[in-house]
Amino acid sequence: MISNFPYIAVIVFISLGIYTLIFNKNLIKIAIGICLIENGANLFLITLGYKKGAVAPIYTMAPAGQSMVLPTPQALTLTSIVIGLATTALILSVAMMIYKHYGTLDTDEVRRLRG
Amino acid sequence: MLGLLETGSGFWNAIIWLVIILVLGALVVYFRNKGEDSYKKRTEQDKPFISGNPELNKEDSHLSASHIYWGFTEALKDYYHPLIDFHTGNINDYTGWIIVVTVLVLIMVGVSG
Amino acid sequence: MNILPHLPILIIALPLLGAFILPLLNRINKKVPGIFSVLILGASLFFTILVAIKVMTVGPQVYVFGAQSTGFTLPSGLKFPIRIIFEIDAMSIFMGLITAMVSFLGAVYSLTFIQKEEGLDKYYALLLLLTVGMFGMELTGDIFNFFVFLEIASIASVALISFQALYKGEPAEAGFKYMVVSSISALIVLFAVGIFYGQYDVLNLAALARLIKYSQLDKIALGLMVPVLAMKAGAVPMHMWTPDAYSEAPAPITMILVAASQASLYALFRVTFTLYNIQLNTLTVGWVIIIFGLLSMFIGVTMAIIQKDIKRLMAYHAISQTGYMLLGVGVGLAVLADPVALQKYGITAMEGGIFHIMNHAMYKGLLFLTAGALFYRTGTRDLNHMGGLAHSMKYTTIFFIIGAAAIAGLPPFNGFASKLLIYESVYRFNPILSIIAMVVSILTLASFVKVFHSAFLGPKLPRYKEVKEVPTSMVFAMAVLSGIIIFFGLFPDVIIKNLVHPAAMSLIEQVKYSATILGGM
Repeated sequence: MISNFPYIAVIVFISLGIYTLIFNKNLIKIAIGICLIENGANLFLITLGYKKGAVAPIYTMAPAGQSMVLPTPQALTLTSIVIGLATTALILSVAMMIYKHYGTLDTDEVRRLRG
Repeated sequence: MLGLLETGSGFWNAIIWLVIILVLGALVVYFRNKGEDSYKKRTEQDKPFISGNPELNKEDSHLSASHIYWGFTEALKDYYHPLIDFHTGNINDYTGWIIVVTVLVLIMVGVSG
Repeated sequence: MNILPHLPILIIALPLLGAFILPLLNRINKKVPGIFSVLILGASLFFTILVAIKVMTVGPQVYVFGAQSTGFTLPSGLKFPIRIIFEIDAMSIFMGLITAMVSFLGAVYSLTFIQKEEGLDKYYALLLLLTVGMFGMELTGDIFNFFVFLEIASIASVALISFQALYKGEPAEAGFKYMVVSSISALIVLFAVGIFYGQYDVLNLAALARLIKYSQLDKIALGLMVPVLAMKAGAVPMHMWTPDAYSEAPAPITMILVAASQASLYALFRVTFTLYNIQLNTLTVGWVIIIFGLLSMFIGVTMAIIQKDIKRLMAYHAISQTGYMLLGVGVGLAVLADPVALQKYGITAMEGGIFHIMNHAMYKGLLFLTAGALFYRTGTRDLNHMGGLAHSMKYTTIFFIIGAAAIAGLPPFNGFASKLLIYESVYRFNPILSIIAMVVSILTLASFVKVFHSAFLGPKLPRYKEVKEVPTSMVFAMAVLSGIIIFFGLFPDVIIKNLVHPAAMSLIEQVKYSATILGGM
């Protein structure tokens, strides 16, 4: 049961993120919502490679006979975190530009493009 | 043959089509040139006739985009009003629709087995 | 060193390295970045054509990263590949050709179109990165690698959409909306990748395709990936980002964005055909894609008729035309499990849908470029303020007529050839679908008549007295696209036989795709 806890956390993270994206009216908070979904996905990946009592997958430094956690999900997560950083930086800078021109961050106001 | 496209129930060849169009076009031009040419040039017969109204100035006669298909959109008002309201431009709605459609597809794929 | 086996990676490596050299070159002269990126993309196009010839004559190409030799897919007797592998089959290179062509012409067009802006080195660097992202999505044979390139493409395109955000608010708004929807879709794809990895311990598409069992988890992964990839391609009702992003981006970028959304469409087909193939319930998933297609076709075109912004109007048409591709390939998917129907009309429908991808990239690119030319000379995108431009912009008018006739499916242009294939094959699957497709085609023609009349016809307006034809580089890009459209229209069989039919077959034959990497038929 306790081993399933990370998966529950993943679901909580992603649901909170989706809730923020749909119901929150602030552009910065929408960016936070995307970060939440991203954290959920990263946690999901890292949990897949977890093994109880195993050490970090550094081949040259592992003690003999000790099992290691799967290295691939960790590489995937690292890549995904870096991409997430770029996404967040870009989305926040665009939000800044929107604030400069529109004077607001409310999604109900930021909709000159419609129809 | 080059340009021959089999569609399963027939074929299509743009070159044959072009030849036919050119032949037909030549015929049309030929018959048109044989037509009535007894009207008097540079008289009233040359001018456009707009139901007896005076002819507009050239610059004023341009019809802008909003006027085109006005009747079409007016007749389909009941279709267009909900559709335009649907395109709110609100980012919350954009994400909402993605989630709704994803859930629907998940249900369909899950149920169908 | 023999360079030939390294061609697949050169397609991507050149623009990627070029993107990082560009800011340095900018210090020499402000004009260098543009010319440099045109050269880079020209070389990329050349390599793509070389690889395409090789794929057509020899068969699918494989490129293994970091191995002793580029074709060494299974190191030290392993049963599954552990390295990142590019697998280039007929479908991949078909999309690669579109990407290479469109991005090269986009860069040529940009040379004069974007000349007066600030920060051109960033513009061209982002353009190269966007190209890298699209190429990567199309050529990769690794599902996580696909996610990475998807993110590269969307980050670069967001920055390009909001390129003019310094002066106007709307590009920033469009960029924000696109970023939000594309990061959601990328994260959902990442989640699906996690599901695959958790079950099968491989990330390689070919290995996954062999191992996949269509368990409950695979169904969830499929149900997650189909809608989000369709969203990136602009399927209704998740299309609302498309008109925003397409209308606010600079015109050459819009043209490349069309190709970028088609790369997502390619991924959708790759997932359904190569990964799952007949294991999934083909009828259900086929109909899901057909319904996306129908909604896109109809709602896209009816919304286009009432638009006043010329690029917004064309963006709605892009949605509508995507519907044709979804319809054609969706019909192919729906009858995939039925060999008789597949032979009778399924393959033809897929050929129509896939051929339409290339045709659409060409004529929609051309139309967006003409819209850009109008904007370049008149400074407005509002159709109400245009008029009489055919007097002063003769080439643009001719190019617009060619593009509009092609999108409306008038013979002898290329849109007609692919639409004909779709109509005739879909009619045998379900006549109603075919009739709707024809009605949509008529409405498309109607709305382009509106554009043509309000922008080009009419008396010469006094405020556009000074307007003249656009500069040579813009005319060149439009002329090349028009030439391709006419060639495809006159000789559709050449393209179908050499490019489209192999592409359709490589989607259908899943076993062959995995055998290229894993060996054994």
